[in-house]
Amino acid sequence: MDDQTPLNFDENVARALSDSQLRKNLAFAMGNFRQKRKAIFPDPIELEALRDAGNEIRRRALARLPELLERFEKNCVENGMHVHWAETTNEANQTVLEIMRTHDATRMVKGKSMVSEEMHLNRFLAEHGIEALETDLGEFILQLSGETPSHIIVPAIHKNKAEIADIFHQKIPDTPYTEKVEELNGIARRVLRKKFHEADVGLSGVNFAVAETGTLCLVENEGNGRMCTTVPPVHIAVMGLEKVIEKLSDLPVLLRLLTGSATGSLITTYVNMISSPRKTGEKDGPREVHVVILDNGRSKIYADPTFRQTLQCIRCGTCLNHCPVYTRIGGHAYGFVYPGPIGKILNPQVQGMKKAGVLATASSLCLACEEVCPVRIPIADLLRRLRERMHQGTGHAAPDFNPSGSIAERLAWKLWALLNRHSGLLHSAEKVMGSVGFISPRVGILRKWSICRTTPTISPRRLHELVEQQGVDDE
Amino acid sequence: MLFVFFVVNKKMNNINRNYPEKPEAVYYFGTCLAGTFYPDAGMAGIKLLQREGVRVIFPPGQTCCGQPAYNAGYWREARGVAEKQIELFPKPLPVVVPSGSCAGMMRHHYPVLLADSPNIDRILNFSARVFELSEFLVHVLDIKLEDRGVPMKVTWHSSCHAMREMNVIEDSKSLIRQLKNVELVELENEHECCGFGGTFSVKHPRISEAMVRDKVAAVRKTGAPLLVAGDCGCMMNISGAIAHQKLPVESRHLAEFLWERTNG
Repeated sequence: MDDQTPLNFDENVARALSDSQLRKNLAFAMGNFRQKRKAIFPDPIELEALRDAGNEIRRRALARLPELLERFEKNCVENGMHVHWAETTNEANQTVLEIMRTHDATRMVKGKSMVSEEMHLNRFLAEHGIEALETDLGEFILQLSGETPSHIIVPAIHKNKAEIADIFHQKIPDTPYTEKVEELNGIARRVLRKKFHEADVGLSGVNFAVAETGTLCLVENEGNGRMCTTVPPVHIAVMGLEKVIEKLSDLPVLLRLLTGSATGSLITTYVNMISSPRKTGEKDGPREVHVVILDNGRSKIYADPTFRQTLQCIRCGTCLNHCPVYTRIGGHAYGFVYPGPIGKILNPQVQGMKKAGVLATASSLCLACEEVCPVRIPIADLLRRLRERMHQGTGHAAPDFNPSGSIAERLAWKLWALLNRHSGLLHSAEKVMGSVGFISPRVGILRKWSICRTTPTISPRRLHELVEQQGVDDE
Repeated sequence: MLFVFFVVNKKMNNINRNYPEKPEAVYYFGTCLAGTFYPDAGMAGIKLLQREGVRVIFPPGQTCCGQPAYNAGYWREARGVAEKQIELFPKPLPVVVPSGSCAGMMRHHYPVLLADSPNIDRILNFSARVFELSEFLVHVLDIKLEDRGVPMKVTWHSSCHAMREMNVIEDSKSLIRQLKNVELVELENEHECCGFGGTFSVKHPRISEAMVRDKVAAVRKTGAPLLVAGDCGCMMNISGAIAHQKLPVESRHLAEFLWERTNG
């Protein structure tokens, strides 16, 4: 692993919380998404059955992942597509670069792909003189403003209309300032249309890779995905190795769950099913299709049957929309490509505890994410297990680096355990503190507690004493 | 083991829970927060049960369910404390807990935390006997409350674990709704966490602050002078923030509120 500098989460949080515009944009957008999801799944019994089915499909696929990946590769190759395997993001980037070089390609148009974000592909290609243009409207906006996505489905969700109008006005030549959505769309369309036709290569992500038929399923609403995968002569699809599913008949359930959970829609405007390059006699489609399958830590996660559940994720982003922490700090504060609850379990496993372990602590374990996850990933349970791994390493080879467990913290928990195993000791300790009125020290955890709350006072008469006084039975 | 896994993943929904007949006696687990900071709330739960003709047993050695250490990742410490509690409740009687969060820990998480214990049968037996107070009052005791208080407005905070693990929020609210002089005004964004989360509140104090501030703003918006909650953790958090902002809103644990209203 390259850089192991721990994420400075506290600083990111402070910056995000002091940005009142960001707070407002997020509260509005997330509230909206939550309502739309609720409306598209009106029947709770049907929804729970769907989530059961989604869970079953993803678990079944993961249980046979190596076999399904081989089958997927075999069928893709039979269909005339090229399959490449990449263990690291660097290998994946090199693969994309080699394909580009083979075709003397210098211009790429990109559909939305989180894996390409994970690869930092744009930066890599730019270093090699290749322009990679984002064509998803949100990603396009962010590329203009030099930012990264803050949400996995709606990357520019932290921006409002006025901010976008300003970016277009500043960054696209001869563009007057306008806040009218149709006009903003028109501007993007004008720029992008030209680029689609000029591009040598189109790159896309993959929502589901169907092993049975060697099919890439890609959903989108703007048509840019279809343009990227059909107009340029070469199409490169990048995917994480967990994206494979067994068969076509698994798709309807997953698509319903994905679009309903992600944006509260019944179906996306475009559902692309790509099974081959252009065939003889066909009038459109790329002449070559390449599939790059990325590992980047996924097989390590796969090795542990409990943590494997992380890989069930279908990247709908609904856990972000429902997370009270994400809603307040936004995606950038998480410091990695995948923010929100899924990021809190994914990043510490992929990036390592030292670098990203702090994210696993940034949850109140309120279970809002688990309640909505379309494939029932037990996020809170995995967060607890990550914390446990961080502190005690039980069930794993070695305790990983602990970003927050100072010696004082460890000792405090040992003392806590000692007192709570021996109620007599605990009561004496509390009696002493209670009788002196317990003047709270303004240091350590009480200082942190009292930045916005008064500290509770220990009652002079504890419940155990009241119970005894009132003659409640003790056995 | 497989069974345990299933239980955890399914988060056993209480809609399908089978409630026992009214027993002669119950155990009471008072919780550490009620024990130390809100003893009157803990005592009120006992009195409500006794008034329904149930003998209440309070094992004096009880301390904490172990959730703080379990959630913080200190499972070794949590195990020692959890095993100690289980020992104190050996008879085949219901264990009633005036907190959705602690009840959730004992009911749903003990089997996970102690999955490798040689006493797993005893642990599963214990967990199956755990009930949150309001579900027990409603489903087992079929309690009928006669309101003796003056007309007033209250609002209600749903604790995340009472809602999503124990699924008892409707039971708690139904108890408040039995009080004929009490108007229950629901909170905006009732389903959102108040920001307590145990050690989360001191590990990430600024995020927690942002959450509790929004919760207090929602409480204020109701115009109710009293906030009722079923979990002492949330209550300590929200009422602490209310006091810090010097707002004229009181807070009360559900058990204490019900006792005050019906014993007057």
